[in-house]
Formats: sequence, C-alpha cells, structure tokens
Amino acid sequence: MSENYYSKDDLMDFPNIGEYASDQGKKFFEYYESATSAGELSEREKALIALAVATTQHCPYCIDAYTDKCLSIGVTSGEMMEAVHVGASMLAGVTLAHSTQMRKIIKKKEM
Amino acid sequence: MNAICQKEKLLDITPSFKESLNENGMDGLTSERLEILQLNITKKCNLNCKHCHVQSSTRRDEQMSDAVLEKCLEAAFFDPIHVIDITGGAPEMHPRLEWFLTELGKTGKRLIVRSNLVIMAESLYAPFLDIYPENGVELAVSLPYFNREKYEKQRGDKNFEKAIGVLKELNLRGYGKPGSGLILDLVHNPAGAFFAADQKTLEHEYRKNLLKSHDIVFNELFSISNMPVGRFLSYLIDTDNFAGYARDLLNAFNLSAAQNAMCKFTLNVGPNGSIYNCDFNQMLEIPAVVNGKRDIFDIVPEDLEKQDIAIHNHCYGCAAGSGSSCQGATA
Repeated sequence: MSENYYSKDDLMDFPNIGEYASDQGKKFFEYYESATSAGELSEREKALIALAVATTQHCPYCIDAYTDKCLSIGVTSGEMMEAVHVGASMLAGVTLAHSTQMRKIIKKKEM
Repeated sequence: MNAICQKEKLLDITPSFKESLNENGMDGLTSERLEILQLNITKKCNLNCKHCHVQSSTRRDEQMSDAVLEKCLEAAFFDPIHVIDITGGAPEMHPRLEWFLTELGKTGKRLIVRSNLVIMAESLYAPFLDIYPENGVELAVSLPYFNREKYEKQRGDKNFEKAIGVLKELNLRGYGKPGSGLILDLVHNPAGAFFAADQKTLEHEYRKNLLKSHDIVFNELFSISNMPVGRFLSYLIDTDNFAGYARDLLNAFNLSAAQNAMCKFTLNVGPNGSIYNCDFNQMLEIPAVVNGKRDIFDIVPEDLEKQDIAIHNHCYGCAAGSGSSCQGATA
C-alpha cells in the first residue's frame, strides 16, 4: 500500500469500486455512464460541469480525469477556467446565502 | 532524435507490446491481405509541427526518385491493392506529384492524399486545389482543432486562418459537399500528452463549430492518437510526460484495437523505396520483411498476403482505447 493517501495510480482502481458490493457497483456504473454521456446536453458540456464539481469537491482523481477529458474534446483553457469560476462563485454564494440563518438568529436574539 | 535513441527509449515501456500480446494468447501480429499502399513520397514540409513523428520541415530533402515513383506506380496496379494513400511531409512539395496523380488515376483505385491544408495557401501550391478534384483525389487533411488557440499551439502562428481559407476553397470546388463525389475528411490529433476523445464526439463538435463559425462542411473526422515517435517522443521526454503517457497507453491497451491495427492491411514505402508495416515503423527504421524482401523494387503481387508484422512498444499507440490509424478509430 502507498504511503500517500492519494496516489495517481489509484485512478485506475476506479473501475473496481464495485468490489465487495457488486450489485450496487454495477448499478452505479450504469447510472454514471448514463448521466455523463451525451443527451440533451453534449458530452462537452457535461465534461465542463463535471470539472467544476470535481474542483469544488477537491477530488484529485476527478480533476485529473475531467481535465484530460476536456482537453481531449478540445475545450480551451479559458473555458475550463470559466467553469472552475462557476464552481467557485457557487461555493461563495452558497456560503453567503447561509448567512441568512445567522442574520435571522442575530435579529431574533439580540436586544 | 535519431531512430536508435527512440527505440532505446521505448524499451522503458514495460510490459512490452509483445508481452501484452503474449498475455492475450497472441505470438505477435500477422497481416491480412495488404490492400493499402501507403507512400511517404517526401519528408519535406512547409510546417514544423511540434508533434510530427516524421520530423518533417523545409530542411528535409528526402523524396522518392522517379525510379521509386515508377515502381510504386507499378505496385499500385497489383490486384490486392485497393487504396493508394499518399503522405509526407507535404506531398505537394514533391515536384512530380501532379504527374504521379495523373498516372495513379489510371489504376481506377481509391486515391487518398494527406495534406496539411496550409501548403495550398501558398501561390506555388495553390494549383493543387484544382489538380486534386481533376484526378478524383480523396483528401484527408490535418485540422488538429477547430479553434485557433489549440490549432496554432501545434501548427504555429498564423496558420489557422490559412487552413480555414483553404477549406473554404475546397468546399467551393465541391469537396465535402453531399453528392459531389469529392471526399474531404478531417484529421484530428491531440495537442499534448493526452488522448483524443471519442471520434464521434469530436466529429460532432467539429461539424457544429466549423459550420457555425466558418460555414465549412466535411465528410468524416478521423481521430488519430499521437504515437511516441519522432518530435512527439522528444516532447514527451522534454516535458517530463513520457512516463505518464506510457502509463496511459498501457492502461488503455485494447486487444481488439491491436487486432484491427492499420498494419494488418498496409504496406508502407519510404522515400528510398524501403518497405515498412507502417510509417511509424519507417521513422523508427524498423523494416518490414516480406518473404525476405525489404524493398518495393522486389515486391510482386503474391507478396501482399499474410506476413509477420514488425512490432515495438510504440505499437501501444495504435492499440489504445478505441484504437488509432490513418483512417481514425479501429475498435
């Protein structure tokens, strides 16, 4: 076993995540394939969404996989960075939106 | 980087391609009937692309002599040959190309020329815009990307507009238009140390963007992986990407793609008449041995049957994922 929690080679283990629970694993991969393949949205658009999610969720495997995928489809570096900013601004917005609860409590309890 | 050094570096990829075939119960690769005669008529090129496995440039001067061209013409008439595939370098820079195309037209066989497009933006070579349709030539033209940024990273500054301009000229002559009989296929290859996306996905993106931005149409898109050969191998080494690319090739090994590789159907001829199983082997100086023969001058129609194929570890490039060949994906 690697001394590091994250190893680049572990990305190659992704197809094996169904180990020990093969039914659920099989269903997950069917869902994953269906959700990430071209539909109403193109494969390109879905790759950019996945890249934004990967960066907000700090998943090094997904960032690796979806940066490669975006490159291979011909997505420009500017387009990828814009997608990351969508994720970043969403996280900022989500954080600030939750100040509502804080402000409501302040207003209720403070004299 | 010379061929000996390239072959030495490729030995770093383990297990070897042969060992991977062995693990899948195959001793090696054997050809089917050789139907494609692929001719590297010149290594001279007006471009100096970063990924070029031929390492072509204006400084290269190797080209087929009249004697080699005439022998290739004779071989083009051999019964098993169905397709004549002319490549380079930039084929247009061979001074005898127009004559050669006219003569090859007499074979009645499918005739493909691989062009970088940009060359036909030069006035000296612009006549090929008309010479090609007059000879019923199918064009397989390099367009690594449909946007300027990515295209010029690989092909150099100010070349995107020229390529687009030439595509428009070809469309005006009927190339790529339904019912014209003039085939215009585009060739994509990645601008970096990663693989191309699924060919159909890329074709959709190319078709949509070229039509919308430039009103350009084409027939098919062929997606070709970069082989770890020539300048692309140097690039991988210089940018510390070799080990990662090799790992990706190994992980993407697809037996079905290996079994359908273009070498199964192709006889490649170098500028001096030497024969190879593919043009990557040519650049690595790994000769084909066809019934003990190594030169197009010795080949007879009976030689174009099942033959052992010479392999090395660059062959992983054609066997990765959906496969890669001069005609795009293979699996």
